Amino acid sequence: MQTLYRNPRDRCLRGFILVAGAIVLAALTSAITTLAHAETAEAKGLAIAVETDKRDLGWGDAKAKLVMLLKNSQGQSAKRQMRMRLLEGKGDGDKSMIVFDWPKDIDGTALLTWSHKSGDDDQWLFLPALRRVKRISSSNKSGSFVGSEFSYEDLSSQEIEKYKYKWLRDEACGKQQCFVINRYPVDKRSGYTRQETWIDKTEYRIQKIDYYDRKNSKLKTLTFTNYKQYLGKYWRAHLLTMVNHQTGKSTALQWQEYKFRTGLRDGDFRRNALRRAR
Amino acid sequence: MVRGTAALVAAALIAALGLMQGAWAQASGDKPKDPFDGHLSVSGNVGLEGRLFTQSPVFSSQKRATVSLDGEVELVYRFENGDRFTFKPFGRLDSADEKRSHWDIREAAFLLRLPKDFELRAGVSKVFWGVAESNHLIDIINQTDGVESPDGEDKLGQPMVMLTLAKDWGTLDVFFLPWFRERTFPGRSGRLRPPLYIDTRKARYESKLEQRHPDFAIRFNKTIGKLDLDLAYFYGTSRDPALVPSLRPSTGEIVLVPFYPLIHQGSIAAQYTTGPWLLKFEGLYRHGQPDARGIRDDYVAAVAGFEYTFYSIFKSKSDLGVLMEVHYDQRGRNAVTPFQRDIFAGLRWTANDAEDTTLLFGVVQDIQEGGTRGIFVEASRRLSGHFKLELEARFFNTGNPKNIFYGLRRDDYVQAKLIYSF
Repeated sequence: MQTLYRNPRDRCLRGFILVAGAIVLAALTSAITTLAHAETAEAKGLAIAVETDKRDLGWGDAKAKLVMLLKNSQGQSAKRQMRMRLLEGKGDGDKSMIVFDWPKDIDGTALLTWSHKSGDDDQWLFLPALRRVKRISSSNKSGSFVGSEFSYEDLSSQEIEKYKYKWLRDEACGKQQCFVINRYPVDKRSGYTRQETWIDKTEYRIQKIDYYDRKNSKLKTLTFTNYKQYLGKYWRAHLLTMVNHQTGKSTALQWQEYKFRTGLRDGDFRRNALRRAR
Repeated sequence: MVRGTAALVAAALIAALGLMQGAWAQASGDKPKDPFDGHLSVSGNVGLEGRLFTQSPVFSSQKRATVSLDGEVELVYRFENGDRFTFKPFGRLDSADEKRSHWDIREAAFLLRLPKDFELRAGVSKVFWGVAESNHLIDIINQTDGVESPDGEDKLGQPMVMLTLAKDWGTLDVFFLPWFRERTFPGRSGRLRPPLYIDTRKARYESKLEQRHPDFAIRFNKTIGKLDLDLAYFYGTSRDPALVPSLRPSTGEIVLVPFYPLIHQGSIAAQYTTGPWLLKFEGLYRHGQPDARGIRDDYVAAVAGFEYTFYSIFKSKSDLGVLMEVHYDQRGRNAVTPFQRDIFAGLRWTANDAEDTTLLFGVVQDIQEGGTRGIFVEASRRLSGHFKLELEARFFNTGNPKNIFYGLRRDDYVQAKLIYSF
């Protein structure tokens, strides 16, 4: 009933308020979105990294066998075989013990790493012929790991604190939808300016990384395939392929016989444990 | 002859074990549940070495060129609970030196993992102490296998009971060493030996118990951030014999007879690792060791130095390490070591290629005698998954007949070694 007796002036006023409100609202919204946009690329990148990290918390410890195939540009290949023990860090980076099985001349050589969220990792090498444990420098982040296309920093434990982030775009990656973010290494001795990283939206698994060298030209591409889930939660890629665009060399890293929560503890990652690594 | 046959049989056994291991690994190709499972593992290597001395020998019985075959096999048996037994025999057959043709049990020991972070090692084993590269000053548990290489890095198996407690506050090792191993020396026709023949059959001891004298050692090791610290104490028969000239009544020949004194040794080793720097120190205090004059004054000795690595030199994958170490021995010219007042400088080139090519060049220069120095080059390169080639050259220089290098003055050599690993 009321609508029938509406005052025309009243109507006019209402109309004015509506229009003004709409304008204000539009202005506000655009201001907010602009503001949010300036903040979001970084915040969104970080949020994606945090979520990726969060989904991988609590795996505890693991053992696995690794096979590396190193290929040069002529297609000749060399093999590395190793076994690995891993312990999830509590408050700091993870600990790892790698023992080499192939080539035979380095059989029994073991590498113990205590990774840290900031600063250099602690690393000890066990030389079986001399039964010698040697503390080694870990500052060579960009150095090649056993002659492969993987550098030490590519293989070291990935901590949130090691990078700054920026969300770039969302796009399809194969059959899935991916976030694409840039990771900027904090460490000045990193071999990279940035790592363009594809992370799938459903499970937050890294699918691909493009590494850009210090001159910001594309150096390497790492693809993660053959993902399998463990303990109903943790996803692990079983084939990692690193291609060096500048040299034409590549390395395929296969993870085999992954086993989680095997009862490893701190005592298995001390200097004296290097002797019985094999 | 018997020794030669025994060594040949040993070499054949090692090769056969290698083949068996290969067959066994293929037969058990089914997926093990745990990558660290598998009870028996067999590995080892056989090396064929050729040495060419650049100068004619001092003694007519010595040779200009020698060929040598060596091999070792390591059997590790792992028990379900993580305990293990390691057996590692070694043997060498040398074309020239009957003393260099020898065999040794490098390891035959149980490693038991006990509750509360204790660990027990019992049997013949090997332990390395120290951080320096050019001389292993404080390393004392195992005796040097003196016929293997002039670098002294090869050691004889040492019978021991070693109890380890590894905690967050550090690692403590306590050693009981019930049997002493005598140092090996080159024979008459071997090169790289002093002018006088060392008669090891007549070795003398300070302790009436001789080789049965029980030796003890304790070692504490801790990592404090960038610092790795080792403190150790040893009491027992010195691994370094005093070589005493004596007359052999039967032949009238003057020979050197090893005398093994009882000593106390306190030692410290430290390494500070920061960025591309490794800063190293080893120091010891020893009581009871006779010097070159036979006087048993207490003394200190030390080595301090660094290793700095230039990474990815000339935009390549390779690294170049610069090494420098300064050696000091309080006894000076009366010390019975080539490292009494010396300076070591070296370069280590690592190609970081698929073949793991490395090259190490070093000079040990005497500070007190300008004309006394040792120069060496070591290079290695992998040829395949099983084969590796090692090249080595050593040059010794001294004009002083009293210097420990004097006996080696004509023993410069180049060596190539092909190693088959399985």
